[in-house]
Amino acid sequence: MAATVTNVEEIRSRVILGEFGVKNVHTTDFPRNYPGHDDSWDKQKFKKNFRMDIVHLDESSIEFDMVGIDAAIANAFRRILLAEVPTMAIEKVFIYNNTSIVQDEVLAQRLGLIPIKADPRLFEYRNDVEESAEEEGSEIDTIKLQLKIKCSKNPRASKDSSDPQELYLNHMVYSRDIQWVPIGNQADVFSNSSIGPVYDDILIAQLRPGQELDIIMHCVKGIGKDHAKFSPVATASYRLLPEITLLEPVEGEMAERLKRCFSRGVIDLEDINGKKVAKVVNSRLDTCSREVLRHSDLKNLVKLGRVRDHFIFTVESTGILPPEVLVMEAIKVLMAKCQRFLNELDSPDME
Amino acid sequence: MAGEGEKKPILEMVQADGADEGCVTFVLHDEDHTLGNSLRYMIMKNEDVEFCGYTITHPSESKINFRIQTRGGVPAAEILRRGLNELTDVCEHVLDTFQARVNEFKERQEQPME
Repeated sequence: MAATVTNVEEIRSRVILGEFGVKNVHTTDFPRNYPGHDDSWDKQKFKKNFRMDIVHLDESSIEFDMVGIDAAIANAFRRILLAEVPTMAIEKVFIYNNTSIVQDEVLAQRLGLIPIKADPRLFEYRNDVEESAEEEGSEIDTIKLQLKIKCSKNPRASKDSSDPQELYLNHMVYSRDIQWVPIGNQADVFSNSSIGPVYDDILIAQLRPGQELDIIMHCVKGIGKDHAKFSPVATASYRLLPEITLLEPVEGEMAERLKRCFSRGVIDLEDINGKKVAKVVNSRLDTCSREVLRHSDLKNLVKLGRVRDHFIFTVESTGILPPEVLVMEAIKVLMAKCQRFLNELDSPDME
Repeated sequence: MAGEGEKKPILEMVQADGADEGCVTFVLHDEDHTLGNSLRYMIMKNEDVEFCGYTITHPSESKINFRIQTRGGVPAAEILRRGLNELTDVCEHVLDTFQARVNEFKERQEQPME
């Protein structure tokens, strides 16, 4: 890499969006890479530069900025959120009767994907999944649910009606029809309303008079790596903060066009001496579409980049745990991973 | 090879014949890019490290080969230990900061905007 003194800082801290590609993608701030820079790990320096800001937080989603950390670690948090934070989900489905048109295996798959509101931190993993296939789970690792419903004709429906809503009773099976069957002391430990589907309006199957479902389900603790139904998030992603720099003043018609090249709210037009002058007001809103680089007269007036260590995280929960709890759990999972190997290094088997 | 009833290995150390303890490939079982890449970053930040990298041996095997080569004969196991400890420190700091910010945000939401 031919790094001159002038652009070293840019190479180290920015990802450059060019017309035909993206430059400076990789982290390069390692010891001995740059003369005059001390890039060895310094805990105090990290603590000084690291910062977080919550931008938005509600029951189901969170947006926050994580600044001053490397992509390797930010990406670890993202990957853990998707695949390694545990939740409870339906794993075993015992179908005693299913006369609906939905096949047993399709029904079981649909049931598995329903988010179950139960705090996974209060349960243990069930071990030896193969062996205990026939066994009842215990109160510390299993939640038992029941779905028992039968469709019938509505005796009070008017004779010439053709509306299924009116003609039949129980013809739509929703997640609210799933009942929790406490095992052992679960009824005392968990208050009655706390376990069951997160959303009560998930359609599971449709029935016609005479058809019925009689199903017992076992929920166990698992992680998204094993099956996506265990993933606690709807989405977990990050993007780098966009940075747009105007290299020269842009005026008049060009300013108008420049404004339209970016997302709404990124560029503002200021009136200076009767002339419209473009100004970058909020580059965070940009989608980094690089539209501006298609305009031959504009492309040399702007510099598009992204800040390498500024991550804008968006985490959307499935509703099982609040989003801020998910992020904290993800961080703890990474710490547990480290601890697992530290213990192994300390164990006497290791020479 | 692990026999019947023997517990699955978590960490193995592989060394070439005659190599010193500064050049070691660690086999981390049940890990992937999540720990591999973040740990590689922390270890590459260490002045004593000549080389650090990892590979996933095969998509159907859940293990990674994690290679460390050190300068001046520093034991690779010590470098690995330091990397794990530093990564734990980073996580702790991120967790504390996040918790503090969430609490601040919630307090601010409870108070009506002026």
